[in-house]
Amino acid sequence: MSTGAKFGQMFVAIGLFTLVFGSILLLASRAKDRAAERIQAGAFVLPALLFLAVGLIYPAILTVYESFRSADSSSFVGIDNYLTILTQPDLQVVLRNTVIWMVLVPLAATAIGLLYAVLVDRARGEAFAKSLIFLPMAISFVGASIIWKFVYEYKPTGFAQIGLLNEILVTLGFDAQNFFLLPSPWNTLFLVVVMVWIQAGFAMTILSAAIKAIPSDIIEAARLDGATGVKMFRRITLPSIRPAVIVVLTTIGIGTLKVFDIVRTMTGGQFETSVVANEFYNQSFIYNNTGLGAALAVLLFILVIPVVAYNVRQLRKADAR
Amino acid sequence: MTATAPILIETPIRDPLNRRPRAASLAKTSLTSPWASLAALVIATLWTLPTLGLLITSFRPQLAIQRSGWWNVFNDPDLTLDNYREILGGDSSLAEYFVNSVVITIPSVVLPILLASIAAYAFAWMKFRGRDTLFVAVFTLQIVPLQVALIPLLKLYVNQLHLSGTYWSVWLSHTIFALPLAIFLLHNFMKQIPIELIDAARVDGAGHVRILFKVLLPLITPALAAFGIFQFLWVWNDLLVSLTFVGGTPEVAPLTVRVAELAGSRGSAWYLLSAGAFLSMVVPLIVFLALQRYFVRGLLAGGLKG
Repeated sequence: MSTGAKFGQMFVAIGLFTLVFGSILLLASRAKDRAAERIQAGAFVLPALLFLAVGLIYPAILTVYESFRSADSSSFVGIDNYLTILTQPDLQVVLRNTVIWMVLVPLAATAIGLLYAVLVDRARGEAFAKSLIFLPMAISFVGASIIWKFVYEYKPTGFAQIGLLNEILVTLGFDAQNFFLLPSPWNTLFLVVVMVWIQAGFAMTILSAAIKAIPSDIIEAARLDGATGVKMFRRITLPSIRPAVIVVLTTIGIGTLKVFDIVRTMTGGQFETSVVANEFYNQSFIYNNTGLGAALAVLLFILVIPVVAYNVRQLRKADAR
Repeated sequence: MTATAPILIETPIRDPLNRRPRAASLAKTSLTSPWASLAALVIATLWTLPTLGLLITSFRPQLAIQRSGWWNVFNDPDLTLDNYREILGGDSSLAEYFVNSVVITIPSVVLPILLASIAAYAFAWMKFRGRDTLFVAVFTLQIVPLQVALIPLLKLYVNQLHLSGTYWSVWLSHTIFALPLAIFLLHNFMKQIPIELIDAARVDGAGHVRILFKVLLPLITPALAAFGIFQFLWVWNDLLVSLTFVGGTPEVAPLTVRVAELAGSRGSAWYLLSAGAFLSMVVPLIVFLALQRYFVRGLLAGGLKG
């Protein structure tokens, strides 16, 4: 396909879509009798609902079904796939790594984002300072992984190092390290860094906005009472922005749960660095174990639920106050 | 960008980049402390240096990259465009993948906006039975990880629709996965429009279609822009969806798929990887920097998807 043909196909697709939905809306708006309003509502809502039903709900139900079936989907195996995930040593490592990600990334990204938001608040050049931390959000996980892989690049001691981290180690008199080959789970930390690096900007943005929204009279009152620095932060800032902190923690937590690109690009899940989302991909597409792949996908979904529930409960509490 | 579920911020929050002078400020004193300045500087350095290193590397000759660290460029500035020539026109050209990324991304942003604004309008301003229940259902779908839908959807494309390995499979998938968040966000913005405006249009004889396209959409352009940027970054930077549906079709596969493949197969070819990575980043970075305001507004209104 030539470039022209590709763009041609693109415009045809957009045109076709617009035409189809335009006609549906126009036809519906012609309806005149008492049912008119209902027909119009249907024309407005049903296309989107159809997409969701066919593309999301039906596939999700099928996946749940597949998760109770064998590797080639030929027979019913009950909860065997789930038991495999919980009991097989390789997969236990995957679960352990996922827990490490889920704990470290939200905490570290939120802490750094919050610290930075407080540090640069009202400072000269605040907008620029924020952009620096913010920018990784525009970069793909693949791009970020390559950036960090280069930081970790390893050459044996004695050769010129081209990776920044090993250069620093060597300059300080240590041996150069191949960080991905460090004993598991320590090597996972070097992957976790990438996600923290990406997510801190998100945390900073939300928390900075929350800090700026604290009513100034509260701050003035606290200041008159003699609160400054750390005390002000612990007694006034942190309680005031608590709902935002929870939103940030849970949002990053959910994103981290599904992290796939980073692991795949950096190690491919080798050296015991795999996580659930990566293992889902491997089982589904490389080992063709549809049953186990489906069970891992369902597991991702199950793990999201408590995080969301916690988020909703905390926000309700905050609202009630 | 970020893979995540949507969030809902209920605290009153203002645009952090839109700084208005206020009477009191929490940390007015913070940067006057040298330690605070130092801490901010350390974080800022950690957050920029890795990118800068790879950027500089992408302009160094192949041999120099292997022989010395990028920081040596300050003693020995030997820069070249060869790496970019290689990835734009050489044997390992990424130009076609770049085109694919553009062709994949534009409809994947336009189509969900179109579909979602129509649905969001109905949820916000039309009366029909089961409306609120349906809206909650759509809203809840945001928490479904797309992994759960991938394989059955792929089978659907292969067996029933015969779309596997085509742009259509990626366009449709991104549209579907975007809908819950898009409908939710646009609904919230549409709901904020004063009812008097809608009523006035109705009195003038405007039907739903006219009200949506002539009154509402122009008013919520910032929201459309905010969602558009999210979706743009999400689709352009996506690996999983493209890998699943067109990963085996170089003719259609986007940059992320190819660059990730290079990182696996030619992991030490840094002259290719560095330039390739930046080729894949340049468009989102431009869009992001140009439209940062809208992005932040969208973020604060509760959108971060995945």
